[in-house]
Parts: sequence; structure tokens; C-alpha cells
Amino acid sequence: MNKFLTLLLLISFNTSAAPEIQHWQTSKGIDVYFVETHQLPMIDLQLVFDAGSVRDPINKRGLSQITNSLLSQSADGLNADQISFEFERLGAEFGTSGGYDSAGISLRSLSDAALLDTALTNLRRVISFPDFPAEILERERNQVLVGMQRKLQSPRSISSERFYEAIYQGHPYAYPNEGTAESLADITTDDLKKFHAEYYTSNNVMISIVGDLDRARAENLAETITKDLNKGKQPGVFPQVSSQAKEQIIKVFHPSTQVHILIGQPGMKYGDADYFALYVGNHILGGGGLVSRLFEEIREKRGLSYGASSYFSPRRELGPFLSSISTRQDQADEALTVLRDTISEYIQNGPSVAELKAAKKNITGGFPLRISSNRKISGYVSVIGFYGLPLDYLDKFNEKIDAVTIDEINDAFKRRIDVNKFVTVLVGPVEDDK
Amino acid sequence: MVKFILALIFFLFSSIAGAQVHEFVLKNGLKLLVKEDDRAPIVVSQIWYKVGSSYETDGTTGVSHVLEHMMFQGTRKHGEGEFSRIIAENGGSENAFTGSDYTAYFQTLEKSRLPISFELEADRMRNITLPQEAFEKEIEVVKEERRLRTDDNPNSYLREVANATAFQTSPYRQPIIGWMADLESMDVADLRSWYKKWYAPNNATLVVVGDIEADDVYKLARKYFGRLKGEVALPPSHRPEVEQQGIKRVIVKRPAEIARLTMAYKTPALKSALQDNSSVEKWEPYALEMLSGILSGGSSARFASRLVRGEEVATGVNSSYNLAGRLDGLFVISATPAQGKSIEELEQAIRAQINELKSSEVAEEELQRVKAQVVSSDVYEKDSAFYQGMILGTFETVGLGWEYAEEYVEQISAITAEQVQEVTKKYLNDNVATIAVLEPISMDRESSGQGAVLPGANSNE
Repeated sequence: MNKFLTLLLLISFNTSAAPEIQHWQTSKGIDVYFVETHQLPMIDLQLVFDAGSVRDPINKRGLSQITNSLLSQSADGLNADQISFEFERLGAEFGTSGGYDSAGISLRSLSDAALLDTALTNLRRVISFPDFPAEILERERNQVLVGMQRKLQSPRSISSERFYEAIYQGHPYAYPNEGTAESLADITTDDLKKFHAEYYTSNNVMISIVGDLDRARAENLAETITKDLNKGKQPGVFPQVSSQAKEQIIKVFHPSTQVHILIGQPGMKYGDADYFALYVGNHILGGGGLVSRLFEEIREKRGLSYGASSYFSPRRELGPFLSSISTRQDQADEALTVLRDTISEYIQNGPSVAELKAAKKNITGGFPLRISSNRKISGYVSVIGFYGLPLDYLDKFNEKIDAVTIDEINDAFKRRIDVNKFVTVLVGPVEDDK
Repeated sequence: MVKFILALIFFLFSSIAGAQVHEFVLKNGLKLLVKEDDRAPIVVSQIWYKVGSSYETDGTTGVSHVLEHMMFQGTRKHGEGEFSRIIAENGGSENAFTGSDYTAYFQTLEKSRLPISFELEADRMRNITLPQEAFEKEIEVVKEERRLRTDDNPNSYLREVANATAFQTSPYRQPIIGWMADLESMDVADLRSWYKKWYAPNNATLVVVGDIEADDVYKLARKYFGRLKGEVALPPSHRPEVEQQGIKRVIVKRPAEIARLTMAYKTPALKSALQDNSSVEKWEPYALEMLSGILSGGSSARFASRLVRGEEVATGVNSSYNLAGRLDGLFVISATPAQGKSIEELEQAIRAQINELKSSEVAEEELQRVKAQVVSSDVYEKDSAFYQGMILGTFETVGLGWEYAEEYVEQISAITAEQVQEVTKKYLNDNVATIAVLEPISMDRESSGQGAVLPGANSNE
């Protein structure tokens, strides 16, 4: 009987074999990760630079993000209208994104050579020859300032800013990506040029390509778009996060109807030895969508909050472990107690055999859903490449999930998560601590 | 060059023209739409009911959405929460959503597990139990959802007011989540009659997209849904909007940091254009979609190019129009002023753009650019089985029929510069406009004047 079941499982895994990721280096030594798929005449391209806000100089917080968003505002003598029109008339979608660990450039285009090559020429100019004129910096700075003000009207944004500040104490992860009004005021066009020259280099980037190309065209593409990048230096050491959290309760008044509650601490990183134990463990605690301990206790039993979940958000260094809920003022204390007690109890006693079995069935049975589109595959390929995960990460994913035991989950949660060291942030109609 | 590019994109488009839609109707009236897509070994199953907030009446607004929540609270056969547990154990992802014109439930699963979804959905189409205790808890969840999404979000709050101001008699004035007072007074009996009235096979469309054969899906649908009984044919609720007789202006004062402007113009849906003796030409809704693309379809579009850059009067300006509505809707422009710019300056700048579109035709290259984007998007959207299902389900459920989704690209591609000018002149006029402004008031405890809490927030005495 057992054998029969194993056989069935194997068959169902085989129906969704993970995509094959090809890997090579360009003549400049840039790592390229490529998944060839011809079902649709399109490609998804991502360039990921080690140029996230962790690389901001201490007195210039926000420099990484503003550099990233200004790339396409003026380059190689073209203005923003010309650059964006050049993509959009082809039906191509160009985007930039700035995060803590990395800064990205993305392009989605039809794969026909005449269209794609035109889009790539434009993309090459943007990453290689941005102009950074002073008046455009000024415009962008004003936009970012308005964005910062807008965050002040969102209790959720306020709670996460205060949370990161408290759990990361002085590490670059503690500051908002876009910096502060003060740090932004000091940024000059020279800073942008210097940041670009230092971090947008061939030594500091990886490329992921998913779509309708053959290997030869993909190789050619990777060579062409990076041909004008300078070699640059290896970036400096990535600062470590201290896992030593200190218990802290932060209350911020906001004229909202709900109190937003956010609790947690530094969690785990990509490639973490406890990755799979913490991932599966959290799935049972609060990661399983409509089925989890937190969803059951907070929402299904008590109706205290619309959202009730917890998650690890891995980064190069320890990303956050957090859980958030929002509830009306008079039941905020009750909700916080239920939230803390549910997590405490879980760390104390761990999951049941039945819970672990159900979680594994959900995660492994849902594997085909993880890789069901080019966009999703492109996301995985970029993470695998940028964080140096094994190329067979997706192939081995279900195997690793199935291997996780109750003891491993108990051990990992007890070692890594401590409710008594949580940072707790409450934003809403509460008394400030000030 | 631009023309050549567009011709090339069209050529590519026609060479991959997607999978065909298979339509079946069961004897009990359930419609089934299947799109075969073997890109990944998965299947998306969505069941769409013709009911949503625009079917509701004063006093019980929000009932469709509350019922959507209660559909997860058990049937005679499957107890509370069991639906979600079974889907989870099978590796599925699931959820549901409610709109003005529809309520839909979906699961995505590895392809062999489609029968599991069918069995559970067929069961809850007719057999939910609506326990009093579960309702008392769930209505609190919905109130928290309303506080989270609307009451504590000044921009959403503005949108709700703008909508309720623009429409006087059309049910589109009602928020999908319902007014708080109606949520307070709702009871299980309201839900029971709502469920009985609308949840029947002859008021639903089952949409399946994935690596499956249409005939097999039809057999499965007959097996699981075939024995369900239909209800008496349901009259669609329809109270038309009275003709607007002049501009409406409304100011919303909320604790906030940033002002916001919304300009909403009454516009016809495609459905109106298709009626006999309609004063709306069939191409007009497509020209309105094109107009929205000209204004805000990308970074080279007029709003980004001229108002965000150019004049630097806004930090963001967006337009939206949706031709796939059950009833006539709105062309909405929403904007946030740049630092140091007033709402008045912003409104004047937007008006100047509208006036220019009325007085002169858009350039050929702008038109071509939007068409290239529409055609390419149609290819990109095939990357998502879920999205393909969404489109079919929406068009079918608002009463257009899925065939209109299929001809969208072709219709947009035929729009001319002159037609864009014509719809701007015909519809973007003050007589049918509603202008809503968010005026921030201080967020300090004292000056926001709220004591600790906004009025109406604390509700459960």
C-alpha cells in the first residue's frame, strides 16, 4: 500500500517537472540564468544589481532608490518622453525597482527580433548612459517627498517603518528605502553619478531571461545589453544583522478607527540552514492563507481582524519575521493577547502530526502553481541567481519540504523566535509613549 | 516606422491567436465556458454568480459581500472551514471576490484535482447552512474589513463619496462593502433570502481554464452540477440613473497629509451601445478606452508627460474607464498635486488637457502607441490562466457575453483620432461631471478634533 502511494506521488510530481535553468557567464563574467520556453512569443528580462539601499552612504539614505528611478528619466541625450515612448510604441513594458538588497531593471517584450532588438537598444542606453540632470533630480526629490507625506496618512505604513527601525537598530534595513526628508535634501547629481558608476557595473549584476529565445539569441542578448557597462569593483562587505532583538513596545497615535498591530523580530535569510523548517513551520502558524492557526484563532473563532497571518521575508541578511492584524480600538488589547498567545503556544508545543501532514500536502501539491507562468518562473530565477541558491532549487523543493520533521520545526522555532523579545508596534487611537 | 511596427505586432498577434472558448449549457441553465491552455499542468476554476452590490437596495447594502464571506462557513455536508481545508490539502489556492455586478469564487489546482473543486462548489451553490453564531462573528470581520479598506484610507473614502455623489438613482452609488449602518442592522434572514434568490445554476457561469479537455470538463460539470435545481427565472435589477443636470462638487474633510482630486464623468457601458435605438454608437465605448490610454496608458502618455513632468503640477494622474459594466458607469480621472501646487491649479491643468483633446485630434503616433500596447498586453495576459478566466467571467456575467471579450483587440484597433475627439466632446462635459476633493485636516489628536476615535468608529454597544 505504501509503495503504491509513493509511486502515485512520484507520478504527480513528474507532471510538473521544474523548468530547466541554463547558466553561463558573458565575456565580461556576468552570470546569466535562462529558461527557454516557446509557448508564447514573449520574453521577461531582469537585470539585478547589487545596488539596493543597503549600499546607501550613511548620510545619503535614499540615494540608491532615487538613482534607480532616475535611470529612465534621461539617458544618452534622450529625455523621459523619448525613452518611454521608445518602449511603449513597441508594446514593451519597462520597469525599475529599488529594494534593500538589490536594484532591478525589468523588461517584458514580444520576442520578435525587430521589436525586441529595438527595446534592448533603448534599455542598454538607460542602464549605461543615464544623464542625471539637476532639474530632474529636483522633480524626483519633490515626488519622493510627497510619497513620504502620503505614508504618514497610512497607519499600516507608519507601523512598518517604526517596526523596522526598532528591529534593525542602525543597520541599513532600519531605514526606509527612499531615505528621509533630511537625507534626501543632501543628495546631489554628483552623488547619483558616483553611485551609478560604482554599482551599475558588470561586476555587480546578474541577468535572468525567461521566454521565447534559443540559447544563441539569449547569449547574444546578454552580451549586447551589457557591452557598455564598466567593469567596476566588487562591492563592499554586506553588513550583518544582529539577531539579538530587544523587547520593545511602541505606541503611535493616529486618528484612525482601527489599531494596527505589528509584532515580530529579525527572522531568516536566503540559504538559511533553517529555511525549510521555518518555512513549513510558519505555513502552519500563519502562512497558509485561509487555513492556519492565526487565521483560525483571530478571525474564524473570534472575528477580531480581517487579515491574520505571519510570514518570514528572507533577505540576504536576516529579513523580518512578522505578523500583523488590525482591529477596532476597544478590542485591541484582546487581539494582541490572542496573537501573542497563539505564537507562544506554537513555539512551546509545535505543530501536530496532522497539521504537518496537511501543510506538506498543500505546499507540495501546489508546486505546479508556483511555476505556472513565465512571470512566476522569472521571479524564481532572479532570486536563485541573485542569492546564489542552487540551480536545482526548484527540482529539489518538494523533496526538501517532505523531509522536514516536527522536531526540526520545534527546534528551529525555539532557537530562532522568541515572543519575549518581540518588537510590538501599535498605531491608531492609542496613547503615545512620548 | 511606427506604422510598420504596429503592422508587425498585428501580424504576430494574428499568428498566435489564442485557444478557442468552448461553451456549454447544462439543462438546469448553468453555463460552462472552457479554455484549453496546456502551458502548465494546472487548472483554474471560477464560478461567477450574477449578483453584486448593484443588485442591492437601500438598507441591506453589502449583503452580497457578506454572503461571499459566509460561503466559507459550511454546508450540510461539509462543516465550517472544511471547504478551505480540503482545497489546501490538495495543494490548491482559493479565494473569492465581490464586485458591483458579480460575486465569484475560484480555485487553482493541479489539473487532475478539478473534480474536488466541482464537488465543493456544487455543494455550496445550494446547501450552505448560515449558522447564526458564525454570522455574528463574520459580520465583525466584514466591519473590520470596511474600517481597514475605506474608513482608515482617505483616498478610498474619497472614492466612495465621489461615487455616491455622481450617481443619484443608479445602484452603482452603493459601495461594494456596504454602508456601515447596513452592516450593523444586517441579520441572517437577509442573507438567507439573498442566497435563495441568486445562488442557482441558472444564475451562474462556470469558467475553467487550464490543461484540460473541454469535453471532459463538460462531463464533470454535468456529474457535479447537473442535478442542482434552477430557480424561477430572475429579473435583473435595474433602476436607471436619472439624467444629470449640471456639475456636482463635493468636499471631503478627513485627517490626511495630501490632498486629492477626483473628476468623474458619466459614460455609457458597451451594453448600452448594443441596445436597439441606442443613442450610443457601438464604437464609442472603445473610443473611451482609447482615450484613457492616450491620457494615462504609460509613461509617455499625456498625463505623465505633460502634467507630472512638463508642467510639474501633479505627482500622479490616472484615468480609468471600463466598458464591461452591467450599467452605465464613469470615466474617472484621479490626481495628486505636486508640492506647492493647489487643487485648483491641478484641476485647471487637467481641464486644459481635456479641452485640447476636444479642439484637436490626437497624433497618429499616440494612437498607434496605444494600439501596440493593447495588442501586446493581450499576448502577455495569456501568461496567466487566472486572468484569462477573469475576462471571460466578467464579460459573461455583466450580460455582454464572452464573445465581446474576444473581439476587444480588433475593435480598439479600428478606433480613429477623430472618434477619440468625438467621445471627448460628447462625454467629458461639466453637465455630467462630479468633482470630489479630499481636503486634509490635521492628524494631531487635538486638532483632528476626534478625541481618540473618529465618529462612528466604535460601533458595538
